[in-house]
Amino acid sequence: MTKNEFAVIGRPLPKVDAWAKVVGETKYADDLFLPRMAYAKLLRSAHAHARIRSIDTSRARALPGVVAVVTADDLPRVKFGILPVSQDEEALCADKVRMVGDPVAAVAAVDEETAEQACRLIEVDYEPLPALMSIFDSLAHPEVMIHEYGDGPNVHKNVALQFGDVEAALEGADLVREDVFFFEGNNHLPMEQHAAVAHWARDGKLTLWSSTQTPHYVHRVLAKVLDTPAAHIRVIATPVGGGFGGKTDPFAHEIVACQLSKLTGRPVKIALTREEVFYTHRGRHPVLMWIRTGFTREGDITGCHLRTWLDGGAYGSYGVASTFYTGVINPVTYKIPVYKFEGARIFTNKPPCGPKRGHGTVQPRFALESQLDKAAEQLGLDPADMRRRIVAEPFTKTANHLTVTTIGLGECIDKVVEASGWRDKRARFGVSARQAPRRSPKKRGLGIACSAYLTGAGTAIYWNDMPHSGVIVRADRSGGVAVLCGATDIGQGSDSILAYLTAEVLGIEPKDVHVHPADTSLTPVDLGSYSSRVTLMCGMAAIQAAERLRDAIFKAVARKLEVSPAALVARERKVGVPDDWDKAVPFARAVELGEALHGVLAFPGSYAPPKRAGKYKGGGVGPSPCYSYSACVVELTVDEDTGTVELENVWIGHDIGRALNPLLVEGQVEGSVYMGIGEALMEEQVFRKNLHKHPSMLDYKSPTTLETPDIHTILVETDDPEGPFGAKEAGQGPLLPVIPAIANAIHHALGIRIDEVPITPDKILKALDLKRAGKPARVGPERLPLFTFKEPLVVESAFGQPAEAVVSRPFASDDKR
Amino acid sequence: MKVRVALNVNGEFREALVPVHKTLLEVLREDLELTGTKHGCELGECGTCTVLVDGEPVLSCLALPIETAGRRITTVEGMAEGGQLHPLQQAFAELGAAQCGYCTPGILLTATALLARRPSPTRKDVKEALAGNLCRCTGYTKILDAVELAALRMGRQGART
Repeated sequence: MTKNEFAVIGRPLPKVDAWAKVVGETKYADDLFLPRMAYAKLLRSAHAHARIRSIDTSRARALPGVVAVVTADDLPRVKFGILPVSQDEEALCADKVRMVGDPVAAVAAVDEETAEQACRLIEVDYEPLPALMSIFDSLAHPEVMIHEYGDGPNVHKNVALQFGDVEAALEGADLVREDVFFFEGNNHLPMEQHAAVAHWARDGKLTLWSSTQTPHYVHRVLAKVLDTPAAHIRVIATPVGGGFGGKTDPFAHEIVACQLSKLTGRPVKIALTREEVFYTHRGRHPVLMWIRTGFTREGDITGCHLRTWLDGGAYGSYGVASTFYTGVINPVTYKIPVYKFEGARIFTNKPPCGPKRGHGTVQPRFALESQLDKAAEQLGLDPADMRRRIVAEPFTKTANHLTVTTIGLGECIDKVVEASGWRDKRARFGVSARQAPRRSPKKRGLGIACSAYLTGAGTAIYWNDMPHSGVIVRADRSGGVAVLCGATDIGQGSDSILAYLTAEVLGIEPKDVHVHPADTSLTPVDLGSYSSRVTLMCGMAAIQAAERLRDAIFKAVARKLEVSPAALVARERKVGVPDDWDKAVPFARAVELGEALHGVLAFPGSYAPPKRAGKYKGGGVGPSPCYSYSACVVELTVDEDTGTVELENVWIGHDIGRALNPLLVEGQVEGSVYMGIGEALMEEQVFRKNLHKHPSMLDYKSPTTLETPDIHTILVETDDPEGPFGAKEAGQGPLLPVIPAIANAIHHALGIRIDEVPITPDKILKALDLKRAGKPARVGPERLPLFTFKEPLVVESAFGQPAEAVVSRPFASDDKR
Repeated sequence: MKVRVALNVNGEFREALVPVHKTLLEVLREDLELTGTKHGCELGECGTCTVLVDGEPVLSCLALPIETAGRRITTVEGMAEGGQLHPLQQAFAELGAAQCGYCTPGILLTATALLARRPSPTRKDVKEALAGNLCRCTGYTKILDAVELAALRMGRQGART
């Protein structure tokens, strides 16, 4: 298919919700005000690890204006968590706190200030326990158990998978590199702090409005922890003011607001402060990585062995999935014939880590791409040419049994190499080149890196055979079309995509489509805005529903025009026969005919990913309908005197499958690049004396307009058979190559290796000092934990096998099954 | 202690009885129901709550209503004139400069003040003017493009009239 076959797809249209957003009419969760609404605040632990001896709330209860005070005693004693295997969180801690910021009590009052004041009047008697603040601490002190479950003392998860004989492959290599890297954790820093409004009405039914990316999972958790039938709970996801994975877990504040509403008979609002957002966290895991890879003289990879240690923080969150993700996506980018992965997630007394944009894959991508760069240098190969040579083969399987469909990475590399002037600048810039004025401390460098990312997780968080995404498309005699879908717009444009796809199929304009996002009482389930799944999964469901509606309308119009339904097309808000377009029926009239023939016109669409999970334990994490690919070149200047890095240009080529709206895709790519820059150079969630070192937007550094360089986005289209009109994801993948491309460019500029993110000026200066002293010019982790991974599950490598020609995709329409 | 504050917001005279320490941000959102003004930190760090006071950007989370009594306050709700969007609003919508949209009101108002001061800003001018407004979605690119487009259109409009 070519672009010009489409009426809506491929056009740079404004988002359907843009107009409300630019006039300030969009209602985010904290913008909701209900009559008699009370305001809630959580009292949070000031201890990183402590037993709760007692809680005295009497003084808080006595404060005028307080309407309710709750502790764990006022809630059912049911633990929760996003993953069925890690049900380890409490809305209010009963016996023990595991981090600074753990909620222990809550107050509802007539206003926020009174609630805050009352929280200060609550007396909690703690028995402090030793605080374990790092992977090393936690492994060194098995006698201090943060949790009573897991794969060992303070070990949440221990995984080991082996695909083929890695040792033999490394023995046969011309070059074997062994490197160690560290990636510091960081926060999502969404502009909107989490907020929720609960209303437990007098009919016994509960409604929760929340800034959540996963209303369906919140719905399930509320039913569980509040001991209330899910059928009596309605969760409405308000437009989310930035998510990036930070609003993907069910949270204590949501549960507490519901319970306070039940107890007070009033609507209750809870809004987190910025400091609370830092402690609620679920951000990027700090990960320590060891990686051993074999290369041939020509730059081919013979095999790879990766070990990762994740600092999980105090709770499970998505941690089991995060652990797998540090290992399983790596073989999707390049040809890696045999692969071994060992990973462990360690509990610490810090805010829990979870999914952040690129979930678990960002850290090893930094390690892999830095190591590739080192190998290229040793082998005397151009880093771009080497990568180009080893790009994975489309429509094959990886060593770890993931099925890859289209791959546009080669083209992405070619395009960023050309656009950036790679060959010329690599020769002109860099430590080995004769740079212009010698005395200038500013050195220029150019670096490259590549990556791949999933377009939606192929398996659901809880095991089931139901759709991952559902849509209802409804038309009535007004000619308007409503799309009901449980998806949540977090700014990525999911409402718009639903409107575009529906309009394309029905031959109407996006403006004619009314999108009704996540409301668990009205909309079919969508699993949530995570894993870059929404455009593909909701999109496929919307197309199916719209096609069913179109078929019904065609049947009715065909009778009227006395033609075959197969002869009809829908376009320009009309339905008719192309060769006899004068007789075409206006869309609203066509709907009337359809309604007269069939009754109410409302059609469902369902989507579940193809069943392709590898047939081994752990094979459920990693499969995706298709993978996006990115290549990135960074041009920068480093000041040798100050260690400051100034980014000049970023070129990024992204295989998007098909850009359903190039403007929105560019926006996702640019935002990903920006976020990668922040992680590479400044963002870090670090602790001092058990406290977050800088839980504010001033001290937690993130890039402003001044630190963000010109971003040149190049979209590559591969028309993937799995995606809606061929589309793949854009929201996460393009973040991945940015960080190693920066690290590699710094090496090009100065000849130093910073194997630790963020790459701050002090590390650059330290490496330069080492270089001047004639020592290896590298700054990075110096030691690894003493830790025994479990015996690996050994599976044959599936590398190079062809993708199955026929895949079973549940719920697919007959002609597409 | 509550005080009566009289504010000129978006050309309308508004009154509220509020605790003396309540910030302009809170009064706008909670007492005057102008929730278009957002908050990201309430410590003056992120720029999200920016409004205009006598045409100058002010962080409403750090301002007290009594300081602004009698002065001209403009919030995002006051940018459009009648049914006509401000050229900045139009350009932000058209170019995808608002993703989650949460920082958008503050950025629109900061940009309004820039264009009043400097009708044909360079990209560097725009970057400097917006350096105090954080956006986590866009990478700023489309925002900078949109401000430039609006400036261009306003210049043309100005030339016509």
